[in-house]
Amino acid sequence: MSESSGRNIEDLHLKSLTKKFGEVAAVDDLTLTIPAGSFFALLGASGCGKTTTLRMVAGLEDPTSGNIVIGDKDITHLRAFQRPVNTVFQSYALFPHLDIFENVAFGLRRRKVKDVDQKVNAMLELVELGPMARRKPSQLSGGQQQRVAVARALINEPDVLLLDEPLGALDLKLRRQMQIELKRIQVEVGTTFVHVTHDQEEAMTMADTVAVMNAGRIEQMGHPADIYELPQTVFVANFLGQSNLFAGSRTGQSGEVIMVDSHGMKFSVLSSRNSARSDEIIVGIRPEKIVVRDLVDRDNVPSGHNILEGRVTDVSYTGVSTQYVVETSWGQDVTVFEQNVIVGDRCEVGDQVILHWSPEHTFGLAGGETLLHKTAQVLAAGV
Amino acid sequence: MVALLPSTGVKPQVSPQKRSRTGYFLLLPGMTWLAIFFAIPFVTLFLTSLQAPVAGKSGQYVPAFQVSNYPDALIEYWPQFLKSFIYAGIATALALLIAYPLAYFIAFKAGRWRALMLVLVIAPSFASFLLRTYAWKTILADEGFITSFFNALHLLPDDRILNTSIAVIAGLTYNFLPFMILPLYAALEKVDPRLIEASNDLYASAFTTFRKVTWPLSLPGVVAGTLLTFIPATGDYINAELLGSTQDRMIGNVIQTNFIEFRDYPTASALSFVLMAVILVLVFTYIRRAGTEDLV
Ligand SMILES: Nc1ncnc2c1ncn2[C@@H]1O[C@H](COP(=O)(O)OP(=O)(O)OP(=O)(O)O)[C@@H](O)[C@H]1O
Ligand SMILES: [Mg+2]
Repeated sequence: MSESSGRNIEDLHLKSLTKKFGEVAAVDDLTLTIPAGSFFALLGASGCGKTTTLRMVAGLEDPTSGNIVIGDKDITHLRAFQRPVNTVFQSYALFPHLDIFENVAFGLRRRKVKDVDQKVNAMLELVELGPMARRKPSQLSGGQQQRVAVARALINEPDVLLLDEPLGALDLKLRRQMQIELKRIQVEVGTTFVHVTHDQEEAMTMADTVAVMNAGRIEQMGHPADIYELPQTVFVANFLGQSNLFAGSRTGQSGEVIMVDSHGMKFSVLSSRNSARSDEIIVGIRPEKIVVRDLVDRDNVPSGHNILEGRVTDVSYTGVSTQYVVETSWGQDVTVFEQNVIVGDRCEVGDQVILHWSPEHTFGLAGGETLLHKTAQVLAAGV
Repeated sequence: MVALLPSTGVKPQVSPQKRSRTGYFLLLPGMTWLAIFFAIPFVTLFLTSLQAPVAGKSGQYVPAFQVSNYPDALIEYWPQFLKSFIYAGIATALALLIAYPLAYFIAFKAGRWRALMLVLVIAPSFASFLLRTYAWKTILADEGFITSFFNALHLLPDDRILNTSIAVIAGLTYNFLPFMILPLYAALEKVDPRLIEASNDLYASAFTTFRKVTWPLSLPGVVAGTLLTFIPATGDYINAELLGSTQDRMIGNVIQTNFIEFRDYPTASALSFVLMAVILVLVFTYIRRAGTEDLV
């Protein structure tokens, strides 16, 4: 595949892309640029419009409005078979009447490409299925079928490869293996991969850009670590990993630090880490950024840290870490992950503890109490 | 028909004990049925085909081993044999041409009308075969509008349809059409629409997708449908009897006349046997050819 890496790959642009089924917008005014050669993950809860987005890019679904552009070529109105885009279907959709070789050769034969034999063999080599060439799809395991599906799409050297939850049908171990495999293939061929998944861990480990989608729109997009460290909406904070969120209101600002009052507690949020425009601010912190200490250690809390008192209601030991649930004075559960670095010094259920964390890790989100409840309900129903 | 079953590739592992008894008991009713209504008449028919006539008494025969009945019957009636296969072949081809688009439409495009359309396909079978063929006599009558229409265009060599081979073939096509449509529908309905999308995604136009994906996947239905049409059409005599002239007699008519009118039982039996044998050979060659490459 070395000849392909010198190929001129171009960015994929979605412009105000909208798809309505009846009254419901499955994809709602989606504008997005997917950089050439990137491994792009589209992450979102079930039914948020991921598949519909991919199907529109592939040409299997007509957008209600908006445009799809590759480089500077508008492909919105091209038929599926005319687009330089290929799909790895969730169900693989391998042709049952053709053997593996012919499945992989299908696209090349349709385009009357030369050297089919050599190209197919090279591709089967890449996905490590050389010896299986003359088998029928039904004679392969799930993981092997999945690789055939990737090979069948990839051999056409598309500008964009669309993958719709390609690992969904595999068991956990195989899924991890295939994640590494897919990533290796992507690096090797350099094609733009658009990978749809609702597994946030999968999105974060594989992609260099993650877009979190909710109800037909992109909530946030960026490098996985950036999104994780600084989520900008309540949905993202909850969907990508876990977050502890406290609804409050701004009481003042000194320099870079915004003061937020929530349930009588004072929290500091750096203004650079606050995405709320109004005075209503939700203060957020990731569970692993919180330190748990006995109340007696109160004086050892570094100055400037946010502090919260509470009572431990649950302790679960998971090996690498211990997971605490701490109830605050107003009855909210706070989740804390503590690395098991020190052996034997753990808090017990019923202990009064003090929680503290740095404003460097704190983030501020727009919204109030009602939004918190609503998002919690959506997430509980959707995932 | 064995070749028509979907090949699963993997055979289920059944323990030897489990396999032993139950299977045979389940076979019992079917085997009894076959023994009484197929095997016994089959043997009787075979013995009859070898009987010799009693000198001077027409219609009376004695058990014998007169193998010459076979060549005699064939020499006399080979044109009707040939005609039967030609008529049945044309009718099968026509039925396939008509049924495939219809089955395709019902399977992929009919949406909520699907069930209704299937009922409509079967509905004519509620009236008797004989009655329906009589109806065709009226439809194709010399004064009927179909004949007038084609006559106006000067398309008919004999200026008529009824009592010509066209009428016989039309009747055969019509009468066996449901046996073509239903297996085709069953095969097409099983074609996963996602495969069609995958094919479109892989640079195949709608037509190429049909040629490379839909058609090969529907072949089991094509094989089943052509067999279910061709076999009964070859042996049919009602269509030729009611819609054809004496020149359009098929082998079924010959067998019937020999049995009922001439009371020449050995000749009729021999003809039946030859018909069976030829059909079997044709069907086996057909299934083997279709089975090797194209059937899934
Ligand atoms: N053909 C259709 N007709 C009507 N509604 C549809 C159709 N396809 C999708 N939808 C609706 O559009 C919305 C988005 O569907 P989509 O399949 O894109 O979700 P998704 O994000 O891929 O979900 P999942 O993770 O479950 O695959 C859903 O509410 C769905 O019910
Ligand atoms: Mg989906």
